[in-house]
Amino acid sequence: MKKVGGRLTLLALVVVMSVIFFIPSYQPFYQALPGWLKRVMPNKGITLGLDLQGGIHLVMEVDEERAVEIAVDRSVVSLQDLLVDKKIPVESVARTGPTQITIQFQNAEVKAQIQKMTDDYPTFSETESAGSANRLVWELRAIEVKRIKDSAINQALETIRNRIDQFGVAEPMVQRQGLKQIVVQLPGVKEPKRARDLIKETALLEFKMLDEDNQPKLDLPARIPKDKEADVLKQVEGKLPEGDQILFERAFEKDTGREYRIPYLVKKRVMLTGDVLSDARVSIGQFNDPYVSITFDAKGGREFERITGDNVKKRMAVVLDNTIYSAPVIQDRITGGRAQITGTFSMQEANDLAIVLRAGALPAPLKIIQDLTVGPSLGKDSIEKGVQATLFAGAMVVVFMIVYYRMSGVIADFALVLNLLCLIGALSALNATLTLPGIAGIVLTMGMGVDSNVLIFERIREELRLGKAVRLAVDGGYDKALLTIVDSHVTTLITGVALFLFGTGPIKGFAVTLCLGIGINLFTALIGTKVIFDLLNQRRKVEQLSI
Amino acid sequence: MLEILRKTDIDFMGKRRWAFLFSGIMVVLGIVAVIQVARGSANLGIDFAGGTAVQLKFDQAIRVDEARKALEANGLADAELQEFGQENKLLIRLKASTTIEEKVAERVVAVFTKEFPSNHFVVDSSMEIGPTIGQKLQQDALIAVVISFAGIIFYVAARFELRFGIAAALATFHDVLAVLGAFYVLDKEITLLVVTALLTLAGYSMTDTVVVFDRIRENLRMRRRDTEETIINNAVNQVLSRTIVTSLTVVLVLIPLALAGGEVLHDFSLALLWGVIFGTYSSIFVASPLLLLWPGASGRLLKRS
Repeated sequence: MKKVGGRLTLLALVVVMSVIFFIPSYQPFYQALPGWLKRVMPNKGITLGLDLQGGIHLVMEVDEERAVEIAVDRSVVSLQDLLVDKKIPVESVARTGPTQITIQFQNAEVKAQIQKMTDDYPTFSETESAGSANRLVWELRAIEVKRIKDSAINQALETIRNRIDQFGVAEPMVQRQGLKQIVVQLPGVKEPKRARDLIKETALLEFKMLDEDNQPKLDLPARIPKDKEADVLKQVEGKLPEGDQILFERAFEKDTGREYRIPYLVKKRVMLTGDVLSDARVSIGQFNDPYVSITFDAKGGREFERITGDNVKKRMAVVLDNTIYSAPVIQDRITGGRAQITGTFSMQEANDLAIVLRAGALPAPLKIIQDLTVGPSLGKDSIEKGVQATLFAGAMVVVFMIVYYRMSGVIADFALVLNLLCLIGALSALNATLTLPGIAGIVLTMGMGVDSNVLIFERIREELRLGKAVRLAVDGGYDKALLTIVDSHVTTLITGVALFLFGTGPIKGFAVTLCLGIGINLFTALIGTKVIFDLLNQRRKVEQLSI
Repeated sequence: MLEILRKTDIDFMGKRRWAFLFSGIMVVLGIVAVIQVARGSANLGIDFAGGTAVQLKFDQAIRVDEARKALEANGLADAELQEFGQENKLLIRLKASTTIEEKVAERVVAVFTKEFPSNHFVVDSSMEIGPTIGQKLQQDALIAVVISFAGIIFYVAARFELRFGIAAALATFHDVLAVLGAFYVLDKEITLLVVTALLTLAGYSMTDTVVVFDRIRENLRMRRRDTEETIINNAVNQVLSRTIVTSLTVVLVLIPLALAGGEVLHDFSLALLWGVIFGTYSSIFVASPLLLLWPGASGRLLKRS
C-alpha cells in the first residue's frame, strides 16, 4: 500500500494557501473580514490591468536635446545680465548652436574683460579657433551635456509624480523605462484628456517685457483666428528687431466664447521664471472669474519688486509655454512677492494651472510615443464577456470529461478546479496584474490541464486492455505518461519564458499565467489526481475502474 | 468505456505525399505573408505599424458610409472603419503616416462630435502609437520567436535525437506559418495579440508533437522487426484517441472564447483555434513523416536499449 497521508496534507496545504492568498483579490469578502484577521492576512491581491478597469497608459520620451538648449539659453540670459551689471559693452550674446554661445563686441579690450569672467561659467569652455578679435565662442562641456540629459529625465519623473499626486489618482505608476523613456499608468482615470494635458504641459512660466517702441513699426494685425499664427510669423520674417520675438496672447470673445489670438512683439530676455515660485493657488475675481495667484519665494519677491520698479507704466507679459496669458501695464512697483495670472479660465483650467505651477516646470518638452486609453465601459464589458466565456468553456470541458471518462472524469474535473484555484491563488500571491490575454492564458492552462489527464487516462485504459489489475494499471498509466507530460510541459514552458522575457504589457501578463499554469498543471496532474486514485484503491479493492 | 475511436490501424504514413502537398501550399502562403509583413504591406496592427485606433460606442446605430464621409470631409480620408453591429460600436483606425503629435485621436473625436451632434457617444478606447515603438515591438516579437524556437529544438534534440528536434521544429514552424498565411489571405489584422497567439500555438503544437514522438521513441526502443514506417504508423494510431480527445477539449474551450469573449479576444482565440487544428494535423501528418525523410538515422535511441 502506498502512503497517501503526506501527499494529502500537501494538497490540503496548497488549497488553503491558495484560498488565503486569493481572498484580498475579492474585495467585498475581504472587507467583511474582522480587523484582526485582516492584519495577519496578505493585503494585496490581483490587480486588474488597464484593459479591464480602464485608464491610460502613456510612454513618453524626454526631449533631451531641447533640455540642453534650454540650459544654454538660461546661461545666455544670465550672461547678458552679468554683462549689463558690469557695464561691459557687447553687441550681442546668443546661442548659435545646440551647445554654443557666441558673444560679439567691438574691440580686444572687451574680449579680455569677458575672458576674465569665464570663471563664473565653469561649465563652458572657449573655442579659440572659432573666435576672432571681436568674437568669442563658448561651448558647453561634454560632461555637462551628459549631466543635463541625465538630470532632465529624473527631474521630469519627479515633476510628473508631483503633478499626478496633486491630481489625485489611485495607484498611479510613474516609471523610468530604458534610458530616456517614462511610463505613466493611471488606472481608472475618468478624464483621460485632462490627465494627459496635465502631465504633458511643460509649464514653463516666464515674465517678459513687451517691446512697445518697436511694435507699431511691424504693423501687426490686432487679432487673428486661432491656428493662423504661422501667417503672422511669415509676415514679419526678417523684420524683427534684434533680441525680440513674436508671441501670441490667447483671448476669448466675450459673447461667443470663441478663442482667438493677439500677436505681440516681446523682448526675448526673460525677466523672471517660475523657478522662484513658492506657491500657486486658485482665487476668484470680482466678476466670479477664477485666476491663479502666485507667491514668489524671498529671492523671487525681491527680483519681482526690482523689475516692476524699473518698468513702471510699461507692459509685462505673463508667458506660459510660449503663450501669453496676460500682458498688463505695470502701474507701480509691486512689493510683497505676489502676482496674478489672469486670462479667461474655467475653474478647472485654473485648478490645473495651479497644480502644474506648484509641481514645477518640466526640464524639456515631452514627446508621447505611446498612448493607450481604455474607457471604463469597455473594461467592464471585457471582464463580463471574458468571465462568461471562461465559465462556459470550463463547464463544457467538465461535462465532456464526465461523459467520456465517468468517475475518472470527475477526478479530472476535481484536478481542473484545483488547477484554477491554485493559479488564481498564485497570481494573487504575486500581486500579478490580470489582463485580458491573462484571462485567455488561464483558459488555455485549463485546456492543457485536461490534456495531462487525458494522456494519463488513455494510458490507464491501454494497461487495462492488456488485462492488468486496476491498481497496477493506474500505476503503470501514471508512470508511462509521466515522461510525456514533463516533455510536453517543458516545451511549452520554453515558449512561456521567451514570451515573458521579450513581451511587453499584456503579453507579459499572458506569459506569467502560462508559466505559472504549467507548473501548477504538473503538480495537480501528477500528485493531485494520483493521490485520489491511490486513496480509492486503498479503501477497498477496486475490481472495476470507472474510466 | 466510452470511446471516440476503437483500436485504429490507419496508414497515415502512406498518405504523406498528399499531406506534404497540402502543407507545402500552406507554408508558401505563410512565407508570402511573412515577406509582406517585412515589406510593410500586410495588414499590420496599429501596435506594430504605429498609428491611431479609436473605438467609439454610440447611443444609436451609425452607418459606416456616413461615418467615412464625415471623416473624409475633415481631412481624415485614409481611415479604416470597422463596426461591431449589435452594440453600435465603431472602430476607426489610421495608420502610421500620421504622427502622434498631431493628436489624431482627439481630431477623430472632434469630427464625430461635430458631424453627428444628435448621436451621443463615449470613447471606449483609444490607442496612439509612435512608429519607433512599433519597430521595437516587431524586434522584440522576432527575438521571442527565435529564442523559443532555438530552445525547443535544443530541448527536443537533447531528449530525443536531432532529427526529432528538427522535425518537431519544422512542424511547429509549419503551423505558425499556416495560421499566419490564413490571417493574411483573410486580410485579418496582425496585432501583438495575434503574435502572442502564434507563439502560444507554437507551444501547443510542440506539446502535441512531443506526445506522438514519445510514443514513437518508446516503440523504437522495443526494437520490433517492423520497418520504421510501420513503427511510426503504429505509434500514431496508438495515441490517436488521446490526440483527438485533447484537441477536442482545447477546441471546446476556445470556441466560446472566440464567439463570445468580446472583440478583443476574438482574433486571439481564432488564431489559437486554427492553430490547434493545424497543430493536431501536423503532428500526425507532418512531424511524423518528416522523420522518415531522414532515412537510416537510427541513432542513439536504438542503440541505447
